[in-house]
Formats: sequence, structure tokens, C-alpha cells
Amino acid sequence: MTTQAAHFGRPIKGPSALSGGRGRLLSLTWTLAFTDFKLKFFGSVLGYLWQLVRPLLLFGVLYVVFTHVVRLGSDVQFYPVVLLTGIVLYTFVAEATGGCVSAVVDREGLVRKIQFPRIVIPLSVIVTAYLNLALNLIAVFIFAIASGVDIRWSWLELPFLLAFLGVFATGIGMALSALYVRYRDVRPIWEVGLQLLFYASPVIYPVEKLPNATDQHLAMCNPLAAVIQQVRHSVIDPTAPSAAQAIGGAPRLLIPIAITFGLFVLGFWIFNREAPRIAEEL
Amino acid sequence: MSPSQDNAPAVFVDSVSKRFRIPHERVHTLKERALHPFRRATHDDLQALRDVSFAVQPGEFFGIVGRNGSGKSTLLKCLAGIYAVDSGVIYVNGRVATFIELGVGFNPDLAARDNIVLNGVMLGLSPAEARERVDRVLDFAELHEFEELKLKNYSSGMQVRLAFSVMIQVDADILLIDEVLAVGDAAFQQKCFDEFRRLREERKTILFVTHDMPAVTRFCHRAMLVERGELVTIGDPGEVADRYISVNFPGNALAAAPGGQPVSEYDADILDAWFEEEHGDRHEYLPQGRPATFRARVRFNTEVRDPVFVLGLSNEHGHKVFATSTTWVDENTGQFRAGDEAVLGVTFENQLVPGRYTANFQVARPGSGAMVLAQLDPAASMVSTGTRNSGGIVDLPHEIDIRRPVRAPEESPA
Repeated sequence: MTTQAAHFGRPIKGPSALSGGRGRLLSLTWTLAFTDFKLKFFGSVLGYLWQLVRPLLLFGVLYVVFTHVVRLGSDVQFYPVVLLTGIVLYTFVAEATGGCVSAVVDREGLVRKIQFPRIVIPLSVIVTAYLNLALNLIAVFIFAIASGVDIRWSWLELPFLLAFLGVFATGIGMALSALYVRYRDVRPIWEVGLQLLFYASPVIYPVEKLPNATDQHLAMCNPLAAVIQQVRHSVIDPTAPSAAQAIGGAPRLLIPIAITFGLFVLGFWIFNREAPRIAEEL
Repeated sequence: MSPSQDNAPAVFVDSVSKRFRIPHERVHTLKERALHPFRRATHDDLQALRDVSFAVQPGEFFGIVGRNGSGKSTLLKCLAGIYAVDSGVIYVNGRVATFIELGVGFNPDLAARDNIVLNGVMLGLSPAEARERVDRVLDFAELHEFEELKLKNYSSGMQVRLAFSVMIQVDADILLIDEVLAVGDAAFQQKCFDEFRRLREERKTILFVTHDMPAVTRFCHRAMLVERGELVTIGDPGEVADRYISVNFPGNALAAAPGGQPVSEYDADILDAWFEEEHGDRHEYLPQGRPATFRARVRFNTEVRDPVFVLGLSNEHGHKVFATSTTWVDENTGQFRAGDEAVLGVTFENQLVPGRYTANFQVARPGSGAMVLAQLDPAASMVSTGTRNSGGIVDLPHEIDIRRPVRAPEESPA
């Protein structure tokens, strides 16, 4: 078989999640992601501002409500910074996963016309979300420093936390984009899912306000919650409980880590299974 | 594994089959799935390709012809790796570039420059390679002055020019091309044909899907005919083109129904078509410089008012040398009821240079929509006979005279 293959050249195996070469995977992912980003950024006069306005508006509303009406955040150190950071991190996950849902269907023209590693499509959405996140984080840092947050070595944890969050979002995104091709109600379901994720994560409330320790531990099993908590601890306020403290011991952090990597494997498995026939199913 | 292996075909297809599932009712929601968890979705199988095998040698210009839905585009997509085959194997030897559609990845909100890079990357270039070629692409497309214009402000013809120019800048050993020729204005089309000739001379391997028979006979070294997913014939492009025409346009347009009863697909039938020499005798060989007549007998199967008759004559190279239509002469061709017959005659002075010409004849409803009632291509063929082969396309009646102009007072040469 191998001698035959060597004689006739390269076998054409049809599309899959990864086939097509690593260089092509990377260059396509980057080109698609950067094009999307650029279109958003330069597409309108206020490009970058619009990117900021959405999280900032949400921040403004929530800030007023939770400091002046409900007074949930009034005794939290750096509450506005914590709130804004939480919103920005949540926005990243929402953009990345929500964008993945219809990504394959939206890119129909590519999927049916050229051969490329299909995984490029969800990956490019994630990369675009990262680019947006980077811009949002600039605003967050300016705001944090203006609010009196100290620059510390523990800030170096941030890239790792963000990478971890990316793995979480990619796992979900791969599954959603592949399933949406066949089941169009993935979109409304995930919209509800994102709402749940928002309230299940310590964005508007600090995790220590949850009524008892068990609730706190459970809340921290959510990978997004764990990341937000750890960012709060290492970047904004070292006196706030770290993710490990909030979940009740560092070993328990294996739960959100396992969930994240489990989702990633599951998402890849689903995507990889659907990839060869996506062009026909569309 | 290097592309320069001796004797290895550039493309080797071994008994490839491809089936599409066409679901009867599409289960599109999870609810439906949840309500009927055990109901298997019923589906029809569409056998798009059945046991197709062939090999293409390096440097060959290979045509794949067949009518719509015959499976030729599916075959190309399998070769390109866009569809997975159900059985059989495909091997390629060399770098492949696929052109199923012009301008894949074009984004209307980006400038031409950005789109060239985008499209180039889609077609397999690295971003750096794509950026290097931007100027060459713009040169070829003659669109340098519009390089910063957003694509949405381009005319469709300009977009096509840009897309084609990117395509030919992508270097690959094997090109898979799906009907991209029918684009652009006449001048640009000529440029495209020139490019095809260049690619052919550079000994690129090209697999070319089309139903443009003149293009097949012009460019291809070999061709194959696909019909209902099966390979019908493979070989000399002229023979394949003839076979295609005889399969798809049988002598009279009466298609035999399964029961053996002749039924018509069209609202009119072209029962017969022929050429006559000047005395009204049916003849294939018509002397150059004498009047000739094309005649066609048409039967209408439906009521038509003022049908339009269109005649075109093409030479062996596929150039249309003459075309006419009743719309340009007299629109009031009359009222015809179902079952009525008409014999049309077009008499012309045969100014065609010696050679064979085929007639393409069409009957259509009047109006800009031009709904075709019947068509036959070729409807009939004729040979223009004569001794003077001037090398032109037509031999216009002409006179030559030579005069000596009175010389103007000479200006002092520097």
C-alpha cells in the first residue's frame, strides 16, 4: 500500500478538522481573524469606541444598580474595577462562543469552495475575540491604575489565566459551530446558556457574598468563575480570596480544570466527527 | 513523494464513488429529534459518482464535460478534497490549486489590495507570498488606479477581472478549474484564453470542468464525458465534444420517454434543419461568394405569439462568425397555435472563408426575458467551399486600389 502511495503521489482524503498542513492552518486562522477584527475596527468611524462601548455601558448600568440601589458592592475593595474586569472577561467568552455558533454556516462560501482545515473557522473566531479582549484590557488597566490598584508581579499570572479561558471558550465554540450546521436551535439555547453563565459567575457579586461555603465551592467549579476570581486576586486585590481559597483548597481546582479540558476534548471530538461532511450538510 | 517522479500520473483516480443523502424531511431542531428519538430520518441516495477511474498525465490539459447534474463538479470537489469520497482513492502528484469559484473569500468592505491577499491566502499562498504578488495581480487586472477602492464599489466585471488575476498568480502544479471562463468582457475573455494557452505551454496539469465545447476542443489534450455520475467516454476532445452534443442534443429534439412514446421536453420542437444552395436544393457544401440559405422546420406545442428565431454560425474554432435574429428584422412573426408548423429561412451571401461551420438555432418567446422554446446546437452544419483561404474569418466583398498621393512639400529633416 505504501509503495503504491509513493508511486502515485499524495492521496486526497477529503476534508477534516485538521488536514491541510499546519502552516495553512495558522495563516488562514490569522488572516480570517485579523480581517474580521479590522473590519470591525475600521468599518465604522468610531470603530474602537464601539468595541468598548458595549462592556462600558453594561458596566455603567450595573455599577449604578449595585452600588446605589442594591449596595451589593459598596463594601468590596475596588468594586468598579472588579466589576469591569468581570464584564470584560465574560464578554470575551460570550463573543468567542456566540460567534462560533453560526461561524461555519456564515463561512459557507469558503467551506464549499476550498479545501482547508475546517477547525480554522472556530479558531479564527476565538482569535478575533482575543484581539478584542486585548483592546478591552487596555481600558481595564487604565481604569485600574487610575483607581489606585498597585502594579504587582502577580500580574504575570494573567496571560496563563487568559489562555486557560481561551481553551474553555474554544471547546464550547467547536461543539457549537459543528452542531449548529444540523440543529439550528443551538443558537437560542446558547443565548440562554450565556445568560446563565453570566449570573453563575462572580461578575456583579463577589463570591464571598454567597450565603455559605458550599455554594462558594460549587460556584468556583465553573471555569469562568474560577478565572474571574483568580484575576481579581492576582491583578486587582490581593486581599480577595484566590480561586483556590474560594473553592476550598488548591486540589479542588482540578474540577474546573478538568471541566475545561473535558469540554475541549468533547468539542474537538464533535467537530472532528462532523468536519468531513460539513460541506455537504450546509 | 516529490512531484518530479517519472511515469507517475499527476492525478490518479481509482474507482471513486460518491453518494449524497437527500433527507426527505430535514430534522433541523433538537425538539424534533427529542420527540422522535427512534425514528430514522428517511432519505434518498443520490449517486453523484459511480466507480469513476482515470489518470491525468503531468502537463495535460484535461477537460471534464457533462451536462448540469452529471457529477462533473462533484468530481472536481472530490479531487480538491472538499468532499470526502465514499469509496475509491484519489492520488495527486504536486501542489494543487482549486478554482471552483472566482474570488473565494472576497469581502466587499475591504479594498482591492486586502482582497487580493485574502483570496491568495484562501487559494493556498502564505500571507507573505500573497502580499508580494499584489502588484502583479493589479497589473494583470489593469486595476491599479482602483487599488484602494472597496470591492463593493467595483462593477461585477471588475471583480471578476481581479479574481481571475489572483487565480493565475497562484502557482501550482495542478489546477482544478470549474467553469470560470464565462466571465468578463470580450477583451478580458481573450486575455483569459491567452492565459490558458500560456498555462498549457508551461506544461501545467489542468483539469477543466465545462460545458463549453469550443473551449474543450481548443485547449484540451484529452477530455472525458460524465453522464449521471458515470464515465461515458474518455479520449480525443473533438470526439468527446461530438459525443456530448449527440447525447444532449439528439438530431431532433424528441426525447424518448421510458415507455417508448416520444414526448417533447420543450414548448416547440425543431424537427429539421438544413442548408440550401442558391437554387433551393438541400446541400452541405456551399460555394463561397454565392447565396446560401439556412432552413429549419419548427413545430409549436403551445400557443405562441410572435416567436423570436435566432441563428448563429460558428467556425471550427468556436468563434461565432455570424448571428441574426428576427427581432432585428421583423418582430411580427405571427401567431402560432399548438401543433402549427413553420419553416424558417435565412438567406445570406456566403462570405465565409473555406471551412466547416455549424449553425446554432433557437426559438424563443418574445420579450427581454427571452424564454427559450427550443434550441439545437448544432442544428446543422455546412462547408464553405472555395479556393481562396485568406486567413481571415470572413471574406468581405472588397476592392483594392493603389494610389500615389501627391507628395506634400517636404519638411526639412533634422
